[in-house]
This record gives sequence, C-alpha cells and structure tokens, in this order.
Amino acid sequence: MKNRIFITAGYNTISLGTGRKEFNPKKERPGLEHYIKEAGATTLKLIGGAQNVDETIISNFNAAQYNHQGNLPGYAPFIDENLRYQPSTRVEGACGSGGLALVAGIKFLLSGESNVILALGVEVQNTVKAVYGADYLAIAGWWKDRKIGHAHFFPGQFSDRAGKYYEKFGKEYTRKGMIQWYVNAINNARLDETAQEYHNADINLKLTASVEPNGRTFVDNLSVYDCSKVSDAASALALMTEEGLKRCNIKLEDTIEIISFAQAEDDITTRPEDATRLLTTENAVKKALTKACITIDQICTVETHDCFTIAGIMALEAIGFAEYGKGPEFVSNGNTARNGKIPFNSTGGLIGWGHPVGATGIHQAVTILQQLTEKAGNAQIKLDVNKPYGMTINMGGDDKTVTCIIYKKP
Amino acid sequence: MNYDKKLSNVSILGAAGKMGSGILLLTAVEMADLSYKKENNNITFILNAIDVSDKVLSGLLEYVRVQARKIAEKKINFLRELYFNNQNLVYNNEMIDDYIQRVLSIIRPSTLIESTYNSNIIFEAVNENPDLKIKLINQIEVNCNITPWYFTNTSSVPISYLNEKCNLNGRIIGFHFYNPPAIQKLVELINGTDTVSDLNSFALEYAKKLRKTIVHSNDIAGFIGNGHFMRDTLLGIKLLNELKTDFGFPETVYIVNKVSQDFMIRPMGIFQLIDYVGIDVCKYIMEVMNPYFEDEDIHSDLLDALFERGVKGGQNSDGSQKNGFMKYYKGKIIEIYDYNSNEYMNYETISKKMDPIIGKLPNDYISWKEIIKIKDRDDLLAMYFENLKLEKTLGANVAKKFLKETRTIGLKLVEQNVAKSEKDVNDVMLTGFFHSYGPINDFLPWGEI
Repeated sequence: MKNRIFITAGYNTISLGTGRKEFNPKKERPGLEHYIKEAGATTLKLIGGAQNVDETIISNFNAAQYNHQGNLPGYAPFIDENLRYQPSTRVEGACGSGGLALVAGIKFLLSGESNVILALGVEVQNTVKAVYGADYLAIAGWWKDRKIGHAHFFPGQFSDRAGKYYEKFGKEYTRKGMIQWYVNAINNARLDETAQEYHNADINLKLTASVEPNGRTFVDNLSVYDCSKVSDAASALALMTEEGLKRCNIKLEDTIEIISFAQAEDDITTRPEDATRLLTTENAVKKALTKACITIDQICTVETHDCFTIAGIMALEAIGFAEYGKGPEFVSNGNTARNGKIPFNSTGGLIGWGHPVGATGIHQAVTILQQLTEKAGNAQIKLDVNKPYGMTINMGGDDKTVTCIIYKKP
Repeated sequence: MNYDKKLSNVSILGAAGKMGSGILLLTAVEMADLSYKKENNNITFILNAIDVSDKVLSGLLEYVRVQARKIAEKKINFLRELYFNNQNLVYNNEMIDDYIQRVLSIIRPSTLIESTYNSNIIFEAVNENPDLKIKLINQIEVNCNITPWYFTNTSSVPISYLNEKCNLNGRIIGFHFYNPPAIQKLVELINGTDTVSDLNSFALEYAKKLRKTIVHSNDIAGFIGNGHFMRDTLLGIKLLNELKTDFGFPETVYIVNKVSQDFMIRPMGIFQLIDYVGIDVCKYIMEVMNPYFEDEDIHSDLLDALFERGVKGGQNSDGSQKNGFMKYYKGKIIEIYDYNSNEYMNYETISKKMDPIIGKLPNDYISWKEIIKIKDRDDLLAMYFENLKLEKTLGANVAKKFLKETRTIGLKLVEQNVAKSEKDVNDVMLTGFFHSYGPINDFLPWGEI
C-alpha cells in the first residue's frame, strides 16, 4: 500500500440475544441508538475525542426493516456533536457490510482525503421473531429466489451446501468436523464476556451439537447448533494514517497495521458454481495474500465468517489450511482450536460471539486487534514471532460480497 | 362419511370458556388444513363457536388470531409448501397472515344453539354440570337436521350416563383435553359402553392430527385425571386438618403447599393447583363423582364452606388468578387465607416463620423447573428420594406421607378398573399434570413409611 494504515481503539458492546442472561424477548431492550452510542463514544474516547475524526463510516445491513430506520449516516453527530457537519457514510453489503466499511475506510485514507476515520458497525435484530427476521435476512440473496427458498432462507442455502458436501465427502465425516467447530466456538466465547455464548454452561457441548438435523422443523442438513444466532450489537474502531496516529497521540503498540486488503464480488443472481466450495472467498483470500506477499504459514489466527459451521469449514479450505475435502478432518483433529495449529475465531466467531450482521466485519477486526496487541484478556491466544499476521474474512450473502484483510503488529 | 367431510361442519358448545376456546382453536386449525386439500375445494368448512353471550364471544376471535399466529409461525415450513404455487405469497409473514385469515374465516361465533343443527360433530365443553349437558344435547337431538356425533370434554361425568339420558345409541365419546388444550399434550379418551366404533376411530384420527397423546380411561366418574387429582385434593385437605391445630390454618396451608411442591418436586403445590383449577370446579367435580363410589366419601366440607364464603379460585377472563386458598399478584403467591378470621395473611411473614419449622430441602434437590428439562431423570430422582427417606424434618415426614398416599390413590385407580394399567395412571399425571415422575413408583420403601 502506498501509505501505512493502522487500526486502533477497538470496542465491542455485548452481543445480546438468546443465550445471554440479560436477554428477555418479552422485555424492552436497548435499541439501535444505544448500541451506536456505546460503541462509537467509547472508540472516540480512546482516540482523544470526536474532534480528531475526519469522517465516519457506519456499516449496517437492514435497519430499514428491523428498526424502521434509514439514512444511518445521520447517527454520527448523534454519537458526538463534534461530528456534526463532518462527512458520514453508510455502507451495506449484507453480512459483509462491516468488511466493506473497513475497506472503504482504508481507501478513503489512501486517497489522502482523511487521516482518521471512525468505523462503526451495528445491527439490532431482535425486534422481530426469527421467522420474520428470516425474510429480512433473505434480501441478502437474490429477491427472485425468495419464493423458492426455505422459510429460513440462509440456513436453507447453507443446508443445501452442506448436503452437497455430505454427498461428496460423507455425512458422518463432515458432521464430525461441524460439531467440533461448534464446540470450539462456544469454548472460545466463554472466554469473552461480551460474547453471546459467554454464559453457556452446557457441560456436554459435543452431545448437544450431535442432534440430528430435522428438515420438518428446521432445515435438512443443519441443526440450530450449526447456525449463528440472532444478535444485537455494535463494534467500532478507528482507522488512521501515521499522521492520524500523531494527531490522536496513539502509540504504535496500541495499533495493528493493515498489510493488505482484497475485495471480491460474485453475481447475486446466480447460484454457487460449486456448492461445496466458497469460490469468492477463495478469490479474495488469494488476492490479499498475494498483495501481502505472505504465505498462510505466517498467519497466527483467523477470524472467518462462520455464519454456519459448514461455512467455517469451507472457508479454511478456501484459505488453504486444509485441502479440498479435508476441512472436517482438520477441524476434528483440533487444528483450529485456540491451542491448535491455527486458531480460528478466538472469541467465538459468529456462532459463539454472535452475528450482529452489519457489525460482524468490524467485530472481527477488533478481535484481531485485541489478539495481536495481546489485550484479549482471558481469550488471549499464544502468539508466535514466526507467525505475525492475522486475517479476517467477512462474507455477505451466499459467498457474494467478500472482503479479506491481513494485519500485523507494527 | 370420511374424516374430512365429517369435520366440515362442527359446533363447539361453551366455545368461549377456558377449555372451549382451546378446543375451538385446535379444531379450527385442523379444519383450515383440511380446507387446503384439493379434493376439499367444494366443501365449506364451518365451525360454530357457541356460547351464552355476545360479551364472552367478543374476545374469542382475538384469542384465536393470536394463538393461530403462534401455531402458524411454528409450522412455517408446512406453510411454505402449502403456498408454493401461490405466486402472490412470497414472504413468511404473508403466508402466516393468509393462514390466520383462513383459520378465522372458518369460525362462526353465535349465541344461538340453532346454529348447531347442521353440524356433523358437536363438541360439548360447557360447565361440569350433568343436567346442563343433558339439556343441551337433548335440545340439539330434537331439532337437528342430521344425526350428529357428540364429543364431550367432561372430566368427570360418565359417558354412558350421558348416552343413556340423551338416547344417543352410542353416538357420544369422552374426549377430555387438559388445560390449556392448545399446549397440553394429553387427551383422555373414554368410550361409553355403547360408543360406536366409527366414532372411536374418528376420535383417534382427530387426536392424531392434533398431535395429542391419548390415554384410554374406562368410563368411571372422574376418569384417571380427576380420579387422582380429586383424591389428591382430599389428601391435601386431610393433612391440613391434621396439622392445623399445631400450626394454625394459614401456616398449615403453607406447609402442605410447600411440601407438595418443593419436597415432592411438582410444578405447583396442592393448594395452588386447587386454586388454579378452581375451588368451585373441584367442588362440582366431587359432587359428580361422589355418588359413584359407595365405599368412599369424595367430598370436602372445607371446599363447601369456602365456596359459601365466595372463596372460589379459578381465573379471571384476563388469565389472572382469583383468590382461593391463596392470593396472587402476577402469578406469585402474596397472601394465604385464614379460615378463622376470613382474612388473608402475608405470605412472606408466614414463610419466614414456617421455613425453619419445615426444615431444609433434602440433599440433591433439583427444582421441578430444572428436572423437567432432563429427559432421563430417574437416577437423579432416585438419588433425591434416597436423601428424603433419611430426613426426619417436618417437611420430609409430610412429603413421605403424601407420596405414600398419592401412590395408593394411583394403585386404587387400577384396582377400581378406572385405569387399565399403572402406566396409564403415571402417563396421565406426567403429561396432563406435568409431574416429573408418576405417582406409582419405587423411589421409596413404601412398606417402611
């Protein structure tokens, strides 16, 4: 990259939804404003105040339906009056919105127009029951597919992918990996007090996740434990140039540097070319690695978009940690656990930490920031000097809008 | 006439009541599902919701609308298949709304019993008053244009008695839902001596479509459910009478209620359950049952006296609990009735005073709320009861006595041929009363208690 770009001042609200003790669907809960304010104001405080910010980017998928709210840029001055009359932009790419916000922010900084950007992702989904939320989420797919799609549209899409994978590589073999993915996710989430599954006290996660998928009540090839949950949360961080760091008086040790970023898009009107692979993810990862001039052996941890356990497994194959078809075995053998060869989703990922759709991409970057700066608390993984890089993969829709970012401690 | 046609015109008597409204909902949903079948395109499905006043019927459709939504949400996969060829309905909410509309369109609320005269099936869910049931059935019998089958939701009146009094020649069957019908899985199915076999077959299919668990009971007043519950009620009152001289009336209500809930790991204590069902309802049921049991006195002076004083329990139309043995606020007990002063006493005060006297719960105690979630819970229960056996506290002693006698009640139901087996008794208490274990069990050495 022509200039050095850093991220710092990451903050996550709790991911609220089923599983959290505070969550009661029958009682009033914090709304969009609460999450935006909490995350945004905390990051601003960490960088010395809103007067240091040149512009704001807000990522969100579908506040229009979930919260009856559009025009989200208008929430920047709501966070802090010093952001009034400053530029503010909202980006949307379904579940990949957060990644788009980061990439857009990086590009803004590279353009020289700004030096400090507040990037904030938010989604408040528990305003409707899951059966209605499924329709809102479905617009992340092609609208013409909704009619033939499953009641739970995206679980249906990835159930189809899982079904194809079972056919090709064996159901029992694949399920074993998916179950272990769930176990890892919950174990990691239990170490992060903001995670949706932080309170999960299940003493036999493997048994719980071993429940057979039931197409009559849900989808054919996934159980609810294979799916990320419905979440309310926001995450925020600051993107800065070197000049921005000076302005905000941020020490390098409190930052991580963006080494490379890549973005890939596939045609929303088409079905997956090969349902057993995430080809767009593969493309984005390849570009990011090439730009960074590194190999996957130099990566110490990955935050990947495990909206479903099968997506996690396909992603690690797309990156190249396991050969095509070997992903389930790679996971079953403990390689992706927090003490494994390559720890994935160290605070639970989408399944364990939660999936506040528009915030997820930002949350992933905050987690990498925490890990590489060794500020992940109980969730801290062991770092290796020979593997200084972290990676995030954020995916919108069914492998349509994908961003991959590679980071390193400066 | 096949199942679908038979179910095309149904009337429910007492449709706005606690039981009737649930039966109406489930039947309307079943009829709506049938109405979508291609072969039923030419059939108009009609469900007459009959009750005594427009006032009680006014909230009924809203109740059905809310409940039908919950049902539709749960069967969204079915609905997407159902509406697959309807290009106008794309989103879940559109399909759910359409389905609710279909359910509601089948229901015809009315205060006129004449509406029932073309019905193939009459579902009777009126008060537990044999004379009222007989009067209504007879009126329909005299005026109806076809020969209907009768389903009765009675929980106590023998089916053969109704059959005989109304000259139905076996066109009646006992189909006893548990409260609330939309949620409770259990249905007690009772054939009278002459119940026609086609009616029985139809009832079995209807129960299956409603996903109910059938337990067959013989045609003896009270059947299995109330046969056990009414005697359990009398047992609770007997223990109250035995202990009240030592501790006082409200204090003893507290003891027996707490023991029968916590020490016995039940969803609610016996006096709370009586309040929930209604002191008046228990009294009526006992009046129906008592003449059929010569060697027993199924009657309580205390319930009669409370009824006379206007202490009746049961629920208000908004679902809140009326005052009975105890007073409630938002479902929680706040006061206990004192028979001597005819006043309610503070629950917290009594609790503080009596808990040390009752003694602590035995080791390995797991609350009902927790244990009911565990499928294979017998080992946990066995461990708990082993500890209960060793305890000598007042609470443990009352619990052991209650458990022994409640077991005897269960065994007697089999002996009296009310239930066909011990399993049937346990099944009714497990599924109809949500107990965490059946009354007939070997958790304690009964001979030593």
